[in-house]
Amino acid sequence: MSTPSPLLQGSRRNRIKSSNWQFWAIIALPLLYVAVFLYAPMGGIAMAFVDYSPRRGIFGSPFVGFKWFNQYLTTPSGLSTIANTLRIGIYSLLAGFPIPILLAIGINEVNSRKFKKTVQMVTYAPYFISVVVMVGMLMQFTDLRLGIINRLIAASGGKPINFFGSAAIFPHLYVWSGIWQTMGYSSILYLAALSGVSKELQEAAIVDGATRLKRIWHVDLPEISSTLIIMLIFSIGSIMSVGFEKVYLMQNALNTRSSEIISTFVYKVGLQNGNYSFSTAVGLFNSLVGFVLLVGVNRLSRKLTDTSVW
Amino acid sequence: MYTRQNTAIKGSAADRLFIAFVYAMLVLVLALVLFPLIYVISASFSSPGAVVRGAVWLLPVEPTLKGYEAVFKYPKIMTGFYNSFIYMISGTALNLVMTMLCAYPLSRKEFKGRGVIGKLLVFTMYFSGGMVPTYMVVQKLGLVDTRLAMILPVALSVWNVILCRTYIMSTIPDALYEAASIDGSSPFGFMMQVVVPLSAPILAVLALYYGISHWNTYFNALIYLNSAALQPLQIVLREILVQNKIDPTMIADVRELSEKQGLTDLLKYSVIVVASVPVMCVYPFVQKYFVTGVMVGAVKG
Repeated sequence: MSTPSPLLQGSRRNRIKSSNWQFWAIIALPLLYVAVFLYAPMGGIAMAFVDYSPRRGIFGSPFVGFKWFNQYLTTPSGLSTIANTLRIGIYSLLAGFPIPILLAIGINEVNSRKFKKTVQMVTYAPYFISVVVMVGMLMQFTDLRLGIINRLIAASGGKPINFFGSAAIFPHLYVWSGIWQTMGYSSILYLAALSGVSKELQEAAIVDGATRLKRIWHVDLPEISSTLIIMLIFSIGSIMSVGFEKVYLMQNALNTRSSEIISTFVYKVGLQNGNYSFSTAVGLFNSLVGFVLLVGVNRLSRKLTDTSVW
Repeated sequence: MYTRQNTAIKGSAADRLFIAFVYAMLVLVLALVLFPLIYVISASFSSPGAVVRGAVWLLPVEPTLKGYEAVFKYPKIMTGFYNSFIYMISGTALNLVMTMLCAYPLSRKEFKGRGVIGKLLVFTMYFSGGMVPTYMVVQKLGLVDTRLAMILPVALSVWNVILCRTYIMSTIPDALYEAASIDGSSPFGFMMQVVVPLSAPILAVLALYYGISHWNTYFNALIYLNSAALQPLQIVLREILVQNKIDPTMIADVRELSEKQGLTDLLKYSVIVVASVPVMCVYPFVQKYFVTGVMVGAVKG
């Protein structure tokens, strides 16, 4: 009874074998995609170590070692792209990380369902606006003569400000428009975590006479701390991967001193000027630093707080 | 007893103050988010003259549909719309098929190789070949300046595969699979008859994610497409809104310079609204699913 007959065992093994073959057949197409569009480009990284010429191909071009990395890390124009990326990345983190948390806590404290839904519905909406439209709106709003911001400044007796023509204003413009667009979306996750905080703990705190503020500080925040830490790890890990799309659209000759970041530099050097090797080297440097940052922060967090992504 | 009541009253006073503060802040946030949206819509319905005088503050001034008329008479915008719809619909359809084909085997414990493939996929989320090597692969495949360049290189998103796999694993019990396989159902049959129908909610979320990213992206078009006839809407929008390149023949019938200037500005507001309408239309319907999607992702942590 307890030992299956050899015949049954055999057929079972056969079934599993045949079904395994079917799984491979199902996943074949996605695997082909991953191989061609995600892993094949990784082979192209070899370009970073040669002086690539299309005629000779990657492996026929002369090997140059770390020449491109040296060139990037020793020229002022290269180093300034690192500084600009870090400035924008860290600023985005410092301003952009706490705001969605505060928003979620605020929404969570509201008793009226209707008001709650309205705030959520409205604050999620800008997330769906495309980057191009977002930057277009910014340009319309900050137009020197017709933009509503400069009209307001003029109406209150100030001098109009050329927002897009200033390298000093660029980081603020980039970061705060990003917060406007994504704070609602980013708050969803924290709201979900807050809704999971145990009601009994809350009630116990009420019986103990804790005010709402104290309950947030001593009950809500500790309860959602693992969500907070994981999001923080991801945010710190992505400091170096400031998006290309928005920065490139917002760039112009006047603000490029603070707006030329690593990814826009990679695009210009590689796809516009055709210096494939140099561009690949800079791109590789960027992904490696980002990868190391993420792994490092994750490890640190595991040590300090026992929470980690992996 | 007396002291306890006292602290309770003190607590509730502090609470009332706090709640008032929370409401005030949220109303402020609401106003800050809503104002730019309302302003764009109002400006798009105003007259060219009102826009160029800077007379619009909150509500439409001298309401007209001239801006929208200009949008629909602008051939490039219409071509862009047409192309974007093609990329969005065919791209999303391919995305959904590919995501399911990838997520389902990864959700089954019986599938040997699920561990290795999972690791290979996750690695690509943190490390990639980069811009130039990816471009060269697309170029070698002969996709540059074809419609396929907008669809194939983004046929699958690893993050969405993980989302879909997590959903399948948490909603479809193993017992169901075992029962079906005793009944002689094959892995493929099980996917078609059980997994796909039961995954309708997550497929709706994924369709939204994929659809919006196809509609909103401009980067792939920027690097892969050259022909004007293939450009999606976002590239046309970039010309109009960001580069300020507006075809003068479009407004040739307007004589006065000031009105010309007004119409180009008005066109910008109207085209912003028109371009965002398709996305905003589906938004309320899928909002419920959308939140579910984020939460499935959170479960994975």
